[in-house]
Amino acid sequence: MTQKLVIIGAGMASGRVIEHLLDADPNAYDITLFNAEPRGNYNRIMLSPVLSGEKTYEDIVTHSDEWYAEHGITCRFGEHVVKIDPEMKVVEGENGHVPYDKLVIATGSAPFTIPVPGHDLPGVISYRDLDDTNAMITAAAKGGKAVVIGGGLLGLEAAAGLKERGMDVTVLHLMGHLMERQLDEAAGYLLRKDLEARGITVKTQASTKAILGEDRAQAVHLESGETLGADLVVMAVGIRPETRLATDAHLDVARGIEVNAQMQTSDPDIYAVGECVEFGGHLFGLVAPLYDQAKVLADSLLGQPNAFVVKELATKLKVTGCDLFSAGDFAEGEGREDIVFRDPSRGVYKRLVIEDDRLVGAVMYGDTADGSWFFGLIKDATDIEEMRETLIFGPAFQGGASADPLSAVAALPPEAEICGCNGVCKGQITSAIDGGATDLGAIRSETKASASCGTCTGLVEQLLQVTLGDDFQMPQAQPVCGCTDLSHEDVRRLIKSQELKSQAAVWQELGWTTPNGCHVCRPAVNYYLLADWPLEYCDDPQSRFVNERKHANIQKDGTFSVVPRMWGGITTPDELRAIADAADKYDVPTVKVTGGQRIDLLGVKGEDLPAMWADLNRAGLVSGHAYSKGLRTVKTCVGTDHCRFGTQDSTGLGIKLEKHLWGSWTPHKLKLAVSGCPRNCAEATCKDIGVVCVDSGYEIHVGGAAGMEIKGTEILCKVATEEDAIEVISAMTQIYRENAKYLDRIYKWLAKVGLDWVKAQIVEDIENRKALAARFELSQSVYRKDPWAEHAQDSTTRAQYAPLANLTLEAAE
Amino acid sequence: MSWIDIGHIEDIPLHGARVVKTPVGCVGLFRTGPAEVFAASDRCPHKGGPLSEGIVHGQSVTCPLHNWVFDLNTGEAQGADAGRIETYPLRVEAGRLLIDGAAVGKRSAA
Repeated sequence: MTQKLVIIGAGMASGRVIEHLLDADPNAYDITLFNAEPRGNYNRIMLSPVLSGEKTYEDIVTHSDEWYAEHGITCRFGEHVVKIDPEMKVVEGENGHVPYDKLVIATGSAPFTIPVPGHDLPGVISYRDLDDTNAMITAAAKGGKAVVIGGGLLGLEAAAGLKERGMDVTVLHLMGHLMERQLDEAAGYLLRKDLEARGITVKTQASTKAILGEDRAQAVHLESGETLGADLVVMAVGIRPETRLATDAHLDVARGIEVNAQMQTSDPDIYAVGECVEFGGHLFGLVAPLYDQAKVLADSLLGQPNAFVVKELATKLKVTGCDLFSAGDFAEGEGREDIVFRDPSRGVYKRLVIEDDRLVGAVMYGDTADGSWFFGLIKDATDIEEMRETLIFGPAFQGGASADPLSAVAALPPEAEICGCNGVCKGQITSAIDGGATDLGAIRSETKASASCGTCTGLVEQLLQVTLGDDFQMPQAQPVCGCTDLSHEDVRRLIKSQELKSQAAVWQELGWTTPNGCHVCRPAVNYYLLADWPLEYCDDPQSRFVNERKHANIQKDGTFSVVPRMWGGITTPDELRAIADAADKYDVPTVKVTGGQRIDLLGVKGEDLPAMWADLNRAGLVSGHAYSKGLRTVKTCVGTDHCRFGTQDSTGLGIKLEKHLWGSWTPHKLKLAVSGCPRNCAEATCKDIGVVCVDSGYEIHVGGAAGMEIKGTEILCKVATEEDAIEVISAMTQIYRENAKYLDRIYKWLAKVGLDWVKAQIVEDIENRKALAARFELSQSVYRKDPWAEHAQDSTTRAQYAPLANLTLEAAE
Repeated sequence: MSWIDIGHIEDIPLHGARVVKTPVGCVGLFRTGPAEVFAASDRCPHKGGPLSEGIVHGQSVTCPLHNWVFDLNTGEAQGADAGRIETYPLRVEAGRLLIDGAAVGKRSAA
């Protein structure tokens, strides 16, 4: 006897169920198909080509009205189901009841809407079905600005389609990089670069605060305070299973409708399939598992044994020009190992994740030709031990080639600047080489490249090697660390010439061999980026040594020391009282006077830091940066105020200098001193930068040290006024910031570039001095601030100082 | 195993770490990726350095006191240094961090 089967939802999963049923036994069921959309089953995956105009709706229809009629299926399209009555075994539609013997719920998913003010304005649409797609096509016809909220698969396809239709598109993404669930940072960086090259603006870590508009959406307002004009807002932040009918019918529902391996819900006559189900804790959004489910469900309905199992999944984004592939599990699990391959010249990134000699995950960008081969290895759990060494080169690989360390330089365009001092581009150097300049000396005399400060020498040598091949014997430069073959100097120059503005950009474009660096290169790269791009690059606390992340000095027992700033070594009774009170309140075991003319509170517990800072802030005290690779102190003597020998106001100048320089990050620590006369009580001649006051003005000294090495300063120049002294010292600090290797003190760096070069840059060339001082000021507009106040006042940052949880407290019994 | 909810993954900065106090001592939670967190002893076997204050890179952490590097999968010290830190079962479910209470010495609530 023919049974009655009712299906709610005509999507890709239920469409496949019907096909299987008809194939196996066309007379087994009398089928009624409900669909809220006023149409039957079409290929939702192909909505992106419809949006971009490459296909039409007719092209993507899977089941036409004729097909349904031919197979005797009763269609109730455009009709919402009001409720299911499992007792009576009846489905209640808007236009009447339908009894069932078996019921299939295939309601799919609903787009997730961020409940910000304005989310319900006209002009805000989601991207889920054909109606949404048509709404976008209509809106795009008027042109204007589109803001897409969500940088996942759907959001990016919507953005690409709208751009294709001529709109000005901005993508907002909450996380640090695009498609963070499928891609790691490096692949996310390449994807962003490709999208930007196509004219799409991408903003990451962008949190939407509100959608603004009177009668319809006109702008998107971000948490950062920025407002973006928008004629169309597309919300594509994610989907959630559509479970309302199942919940109302009292079926078991977790995040989705819970089913067993036969796709049966908690009611034995009700089944569910597709994006609305949850199985073994998994939700499903891609088409492959939905088709597997459809086969299992058809068998279950026909009384055939079958069971659904969760398989590995692969993702591809086929936006023209963005070739990416991601499969398996590259983000979770234990006991795993990475193999990374990068080819900066082709914009290729590949990462394989291996566990117990099996490939478990793969991310690829730029060259995804081997994707299905890798996916096969993942699915079949093939033992890859034998081919481990060459695995990343794919199935075609035979032999022993390796990644080319010269590829970053080879990839530079001819107009990329190699020598910053003399403005020499790659093209000029390669033409010189072609013209017969085949060693460093000849290049220097021919083009002046690397003839000044010399920090680009490594790159010039690499260019010789790339151009001449084995005819050039390259001297070995010390690489930054095991993650790269490039030296610090090479990395610095390439960050400038290639305008690399994020760590992911550096890792990719310079061919890092690890996913995200190590404790040696991360702080260096973070410093180079913030020094070169003060406005564009955002300092990354997680790439800093603990002292600079927590703004206090870690001690051997894991406690911290706290040193408030005393400008020029001057303090007041009120400040001293505040310090004494803080020492009492936070049980500070040791209070010590430092060599830099201030007070060190040693043995503070990490959790107490923000509260202690808030107390000190109230007395006007700020961070002394006693922990930083940056400005430490400006030590002074009492000068003309009190001293019978003083020639100038050394204390006043010291305070001015400290207020001018504080907060700045430098390659290593930076200590200054100002002495009021040549007796030099402030010991200015063993500081990184020192000022010795004389009757006629100010002698500026540089390159002293009194640490592992002891070194007296050399005189840079003499100036007549305080203003000139401050300008020269700003320029000196900035030229050091822009050029030195991370962790070189000024004296070490001077030994490499020579004092004469520095004099030429900032003493003789007044214009350049002013430009350097202006760049220093620009950077200080970001960094001249008290990190203690910021950390103490921001609740999120403050929370980082406390344990996440405390499991030692037993609940009261 | 008895899974205890100890917080949300977004409470830990990417490539950063936080601490949980437990009956077996401080346990560091190391966020090595957008959806990847490891749990391991916070105490370096060398001189007791707080590993949660170290730089997190790849699936490793570097001790802030003397730069010992530990593989968070195995807890083994890398390179020339010999030593090991305890690792603890941790699950990430819908963004929540669940640690195995039994492994960190927490008796299940009666």
